[in-house]
Amino acid sequence: MYRKKVISAIAAAATLGMLVAGCANQTAPSGTETSGAGGRINIPAISKVDVPAGAVLPAGDGKGTCPSTTTLAYAGAETGPNAQLGINIFNGIQLAINQHNAANPGCQVQFKKFDTEGDPNKATGPVTQIVSEPDIIGVVGLPFSGESKATGNIFEQKGLVHITPSATNPSLTKNGWTTFFRALGNDAVQGPAAAKFLTDKLQAKKVYLVQDDSDYGIGLGTTTSAALGSAMVGSDKVVTGQKDFSAVISKIMNAKADTVYYAGYYAEGAPFDQQLVAKGFTGSFVGPDGVKDDQFIKLAGDASSNSYFTCPCIPGELIPSFETEYKKLANAEPGTYSIEGYDAVTVLLSGIDKGKQSRADLLSWVKSYDADGLSKHYKWDSTGELATPDVYGYKVESGKIVPIGVIGK
Amino acid sequence: MISEVIPTLLHSVPVDDTWITFDVNSFTQNFWSSTFDGLTFGAIYALVALGYTLVYGVLNLINFAHSEVFITGCYGVFFTLSALNFGPSAPRLGFWAIVGNLVLALVVAIIASALMAVIVERVAYKPLRQRKAPRLAFLITAIGVSFAIQYTIYWWRGPSPEAALTMFRPLAIFDVFGTIVDSQQVVIVVAAIILMIATDQFIRRSRTGRGIRAVAQDPDTATLMGVNKEKIIVTTFIIGGILAGAAALFYVMKIPSGVQYNGGFILGVKAFAAAVLGGIGNVRGALLGGLLIGLIGNYGQVLLGSSQWTDVVAFVVLVLVLIVRPEGVLGSSLGKSKA
Repeated sequence: MYRKKVISAIAAAATLGMLVAGCANQTAPSGTETSGAGGRINIPAISKVDVPAGAVLPAGDGKGTCPSTTTLAYAGAETGPNAQLGINIFNGIQLAINQHNAANPGCQVQFKKFDTEGDPNKATGPVTQIVSEPDIIGVVGLPFSGESKATGNIFEQKGLVHITPSATNPSLTKNGWTTFFRALGNDAVQGPAAAKFLTDKLQAKKVYLVQDDSDYGIGLGTTTSAALGSAMVGSDKVVTGQKDFSAVISKIMNAKADTVYYAGYYAEGAPFDQQLVAKGFTGSFVGPDGVKDDQFIKLAGDASSNSYFTCPCIPGELIPSFETEYKKLANAEPGTYSIEGYDAVTVLLSGIDKGKQSRADLLSWVKSYDADGLSKHYKWDSTGELATPDVYGYKVESGKIVPIGVIGK
Repeated sequence: MISEVIPTLLHSVPVDDTWITFDVNSFTQNFWSSTFDGLTFGAIYALVALGYTLVYGVLNLINFAHSEVFITGCYGVFFTLSALNFGPSAPRLGFWAIVGNLVLALVVAIIASALMAVIVERVAYKPLRQRKAPRLAFLITAIGVSFAIQYTIYWWRGPSPEAALTMFRPLAIFDVFGTIVDSQQVVIVVAAIILMIATDQFIRRSRTGRGIRAVAQDPDTATLMGVNKEKIIVTTFIIGGILAGAAALFYVMKIPSGVQYNGGFILGVKAFAAAVLGGIGNVRGALLGGLLIGLIGNYGQVLLGSSQWTDVVAFVVLVLVLIVRPEGVLGSSLGKSKA
């Protein structure tokens, strides 16, 4: 009998709770509409990007000849928590290799993939395997900064050239490595570009900067806050795996910030943005390449409509020739860093067609490379950095990430 | 993306120049909002903490798999609401439609959690009990079961969290010293406290509750007095599961994208800490401990200036309290009539 009472008490409790919940919902829409996109700047999406007229393409002149053992490799995530990024990249590479081999009957380059799961601790194994296979003369990878840092010395010892299509930690080119090349801008470029985007394009007066506890987040947070100067009204730090951002949010609301820049990954950025909007924040949320992923929209829900991204990546989906071919191969739109993977392997393929078919020859080919790719001009300095990499802005529009143009160099 | 996926010892982590700074200004500014958010999360911790406390009271066992009982409830909420067409955007439904849907989700979550609790008990603990295994074996089994369930979910649902589910948009209800209290906070705190009072009364007054207390006090004597010990143990697991299922609904309400294979882990640790802080085995202690852990963590991070301090502060306070009062604030006493 007592049990019955308790059960009905629980039911009553639940119902009461739901009543309050229901009330809230009923009156919510009016509140939402008034606080909607008030004062937010509308930056139109761009529908095309300029492709360099003389861009080097994988097909080349069709006269390349090479031994049938010539092999290029991809090392990076094929599985693991961030697999999608690796898939974007190696589909770009596969497309370039297919185009090259179709156009050059005399040079059929083999392509091998090695899975690191994106994990620095697991990456050394596959990379050691790569350098010990003499047929592999060039590599595209590794995608992440942590694994790049862990494996750079192995490539260096064997003189094997590798081009990362996506690792952005600035310190990677300061290890004295001669075989490491970066096919995009690093975070020392992205930070200031982001700051300029916030204060100029978005006309932010009060930016609140939040960073996570990864190398990536700390590094990017530091370069961004330095460039923001007095436009920054406050900053805070969160931890990887954090789910509750209420304290950070109340500080942001008290600081009356109009824009939040989050230096970190989407796994924390998405719930952060969602909770921010749920607390009535009506400004913009801006994140870097670590947040620019469809997962962000999936996790943040409709809150993500207030979001912009900065990314040293070129919108490959706007290059029609690339987009249609990529779609045929991968059955999906080009993702973040697909075109960087495509361009990076094209640099290597063009060397092979020119007869640079040993590790040493291909390495010196890349060192002295000076030509346009589909996404940008490729010419590296002695440390392996590009001269003038572009940083693009993106925004969320009707549940999709769309590019809004170059925001800095 | 592109920097560290997983932090590695192979390279140094850059450290900011500032280390510990006290931001009293920010603390006074954010005092009330920290309080309300702390209480909201504290209420959720407390509901989960009850599950740890009840099982400990009866079996002297820390059921580490309780965080997975909780996350099972979260998946119950997720699948129910997804099937009812809830999504990332708050649904535009009528008042009673929302109430009905959420009650349904609550029921499913409670059933899922309670079922998982019973399965864990049957599969993992009962055979050990029958073989009179040493206490250490229970502890290791508990940890093992926790990981087994976590990675079964990983294998089934993958590493990413499930899509966000917004139940309703929080609405400002009233204002305390300029800080808005929203409907979400009120729903969670009020419902959690009612559930806890109900549990407390159930254990104090009902026949089954008396049985639970009897087994907690002295299992052998209780058996001699005609209490069915096995039945009491299963009932205890079920009550823990019911409360975890309710906590799951409130958790997903608060964190719409929190449904993830390992999403229960940190919350479980905090709830366990809450149970110990309040006095493990003590029902009212779990409530007090949960609210305290929620509040202390929030105050700490505002005072010290970053979210990275939340857990440091919460657990340092836990250690300090235990040094002074090893039994927890209210003492551990499910068996005694205090419960």
